[in-house]
Amino acid sequence: MRELELYFGPQHLGMVGNFSITLKVEGDRIVKADANPGYLHRGFEKLMEQRTWMQNFPLVCRINVVEPDHMELIYSMAVEKLAGIEVPERGKYIRSIFCEMARVASHLFGLWAYANMLGFDTVAHWAMYHRDILLDMFEELTGARVYHIYVRPGGVRRDFPDGFIDRLVKTLHKIGGKVPDYNATFFENRLFQKRAEGIGVVTREEAIRMGAVGHTLKATGMKYDIRKIEPYAAYDQVDFDIPTRTGGDAYSRLLTIRDDMIESVHMIFKLIDKMPNKGEVYTKTPNPFKWKIPAGEAYVRCESSRGELGLYIVSDGGDKPYRAHFNTPSYNHGLTVLEKALEGESISDVGNIMISLYVVPPEIDR
Amino acid sequence: MSKTSFLNPFKAIKYLFEKPQTLQYPFEVKEIADRYRGFHKNNWDKCTGCGNCADICPNKAIEMVKIAELTAKPEEGMKDERPQLDYGRCCFCGLCVDICPPGSLTLTKDFFHIHFDTNTFTFIPKDEKMDKETYKSEKDYSIFQASITHRKENYDGFSPDMQYALFEPDRVEMPEIEPDVRKLSFIEQVIGYNKEEARQEAGRCLECKLCEEACPANLKISDYIDAIYRDEPKESLEKIYEDNPIPSICGRICMAHCEDACSLHIRGDSLAIRWLKRYAADQIKNFKEELELKPGTATGKKVGIIGAGPSGLSLAYFLRLQGHEVVVYDELPGGGGVIRTGPPIYRLPLEAIDKDVNYIGSLGVDFKFNTRVGKDIEFEQLLKDYDAVFMGIGNTVSFSTRVANSEKCVLALDFLKDNKIGEMRKVDKQVVVIGGGNVAMDVARETIRLQHLQYPDDKSLKTMVVSLEDWGKLPATDVEIKEAKEEGIEFNPAWGPKEVVLDDKGNIKGLLCKKVKSVFDENGRFAPSFYEEQEKFLESSMIIEAIGQKPDFSFLPENLSDKLKFTERKKVKVDENGMTSIPKVFAGGDIVNINLDAVTAIADAKVAAEGIAKFLLNNKNK
Repeated sequence: MRELELYFGPQHLGMVGNFSITLKVEGDRIVKADANPGYLHRGFEKLMEQRTWMQNFPLVCRINVVEPDHMELIYSMAVEKLAGIEVPERGKYIRSIFCEMARVASHLFGLWAYANMLGFDTVAHWAMYHRDILLDMFEELTGARVYHIYVRPGGVRRDFPDGFIDRLVKTLHKIGGKVPDYNATFFENRLFQKRAEGIGVVTREEAIRMGAVGHTLKATGMKYDIRKIEPYAAYDQVDFDIPTRTGGDAYSRLLTIRDDMIESVHMIFKLIDKMPNKGEVYTKTPNPFKWKIPAGEAYVRCESSRGELGLYIVSDGGDKPYRAHFNTPSYNHGLTVLEKALEGESISDVGNIMISLYVVPPEIDR
Repeated sequence: MSKTSFLNPFKAIKYLFEKPQTLQYPFEVKEIADRYRGFHKNNWDKCTGCGNCADICPNKAIEMVKIAELTAKPEEGMKDERPQLDYGRCCFCGLCVDICPPGSLTLTKDFFHIHFDTNTFTFIPKDEKMDKETYKSEKDYSIFQASITHRKENYDGFSPDMQYALFEPDRVEMPEIEPDVRKLSFIEQVIGYNKEEARQEAGRCLECKLCEEACPANLKISDYIDAIYRDEPKESLEKIYEDNPIPSICGRICMAHCEDACSLHIRGDSLAIRWLKRYAADQIKNFKEELELKPGTATGKKVGIIGAGPSGLSLAYFLRLQGHEVVVYDELPGGGGVIRTGPPIYRLPLEAIDKDVNYIGSLGVDFKFNTRVGKDIEFEQLLKDYDAVFMGIGNTVSFSTRVANSEKCVLALDFLKDNKIGEMRKVDKQVVVIGGGNVAMDVARETIRLQHLQYPDDKSLKTMVVSLEDWGKLPATDVEIKEAKEEGIEFNPAWGPKEVVLDDKGNIKGLLCKKVKSVFDENGRFAPSFYEEQEKFLESSMIIEAIGQKPDFSFLPENLSDKLKFTERKKVKVDENGMTSIPKVFAGGDIVNINLDAVTAIADAKVAAEGIAKFLLNNKNK
């Protein structure tokens, strides 16, 4: 059969985000996939060199639209490491709760994309609605719905408002109560199982070799999670489980995401129970106009909803970062893992596999 | 994987019978969170135009624009500028709110704006009081017209909160000698910052430069504060010397108009600018060795200066840097003028004065001390010998109350002068000080020290202050009043002297006072009126009058003193070059300005220095 070259994206209904894949196809089987990023390059890392240490945290969140919060967190963690700032206990708990809320919101957004892609519109709408009520909680806590600009170097910007915890618990119960419906209509739906099982298989060896992280790795049975390996914020204070599956296919990945989401909700409840009732939420940082950080370099990492997120930052002793570089999970997933997972699959499953790997194009380009 | 029923997904059918979650916007509107970061609102009454919001904005969305209707009040730290927002750039991070020192900037819950014209996205925010057009009441508001200029009133979102402010409102406390200890001797009260304290305090400066406009001499304050923060005291001192050649003196007794204007002052403590200047001056042990200032190339012109006070010293320094030959005459044995005799040793030790004066002397300024113009050398002689003459003679004669028997009282300046550079005065156990200004505070606080030195462990010691003004209107600074109270001085505000009562032997028995009705008349002029029948008797055997001072022009020959013109407030009239109505005679300091302080004297000297330079240049051309 004749081999054809097919451009999949950036203008393609099945493509999520500004991303393109050049496919070599034989019939509707993919022989070779060539990821082609670069449509969303905004030069964040360079922009960061133009802004002071304090001005940067409203910027970095914009790198990832789906989940801005871990970007703020990792930037703040890097600055704290460089400057030797300790975050107060309550601030650490709030950061953890905030990040777990972000994880749930991000997974719901991913679920919307996935269900939408496969034509499960009902589930997609539910996911969007549930994300929306969680965004209400973000709005109440931070003052914004998407770009929260909340985690600042030294801690967080504001304490919980009065009665926030009650409303958060209520909202999480509301979302959690719908898990059986999600299961019935989506995760345990035979149509979905047929679309996802055995699709885009990544074996454990391949995953490790290609630098897969997050649920792509967890779906191959690896318990790899930065929250456990290198605990930050208040993750060393609570007991939680890392859900894994062994299939390594799209279905296993989706179930890992679902379990991860449920685990996050449980973790928020545990964190709320343990967190100190009073105390500072941030450590005073120097005057933002005069803040200089001694020369040095730092690498910090955290577990974002898509896996290990790293930031390498260098200070030359000035009031701005000398260089910053992000190590984002989508970079590995979207370039190497995706190319491998697409080989031998059908054209109709390109979007399916891409979203199951949770590729967020803005994270690749930055 | 267990196979589930094909019918399983149909469980979702139950949602058909539930109420839809979709909001029918705009008829159904979600409530906006209390912390929502929407459009800005700015309280113009509180806003000082400091521009910190514009400085911190990561997107440069804020620009400070001049407002025609506003008048700048530099002495109050008020600029005639207000922030203008460009919503094409704003990312609604709210850093501007958290840095705003007066807390005037707030984000509201309004966020809706659609327009064909992109110019409408630039907007100067005001508040409800200033801008009734924009902020609508519930009744007048319509969501169909919602825009930047059609918003709900009292719809605050992300608001300023001191707990989360990005600046440090609290001053690093200045180590001082405790009142109970310091009142027993003339030990210098303020100990001074050490390096860590000074750097920490300097680190609070937001660099908005409101202080520089408030300072009469326009010192480059934020630059020298920043140098201290960077631990470069020498660079800091060099910056100070560009505008102020007496840093050791000013670092101790400056009236610090800058601190009143400091933007941190509004919701916290102002930056300790004066103490930081003192730190910079104290860090450099030997000015001559460390500073690299050189006198300018010789011009061959000679300027004579009468009075080595702050204005005379500063002028000598500025003119010397221009290359002129400068001779300074003063009747005192050292430099400083009124500063040498007035401020008590516990506030300004002589060593600090001499450090500044000696440095100016080392630049080639010729000081002729112990030389009184009019007695040791005639004024006409100066006019003959010099190309220009400057009078910085200061207020050296105390006023008397002129009530009955007031000639038995002691005058403040004489008292202070003797204690500072002469022999310490003998004081009595009960002393009354008349006056409510800073000089009266100095006198009272010196008195209490002398009492403790002369009558150790005596329980009957008493120093009382009588002032026309009531609490809150006393001309003395709040700090002086607070410290005087701490040291145990008794205040009798709103009482005026009626008569000094004598005993049979003609010695003072006490002061009879009458209640003050008002100090100023309806035109704001000083004209005290009293309730003559309300009396109070303060028993004391010594009374010191500290009600003000005036200059002594007796050195001027008659033909010239007639020519010397005065303003309505009895100040020597000078033109924009600092020249008096007598040709080639310039003036500055307390005899010219109404602030009566060292830094304004420096400002006068700067004006006169430029005026004299111009005058000498013009003369040369002729």
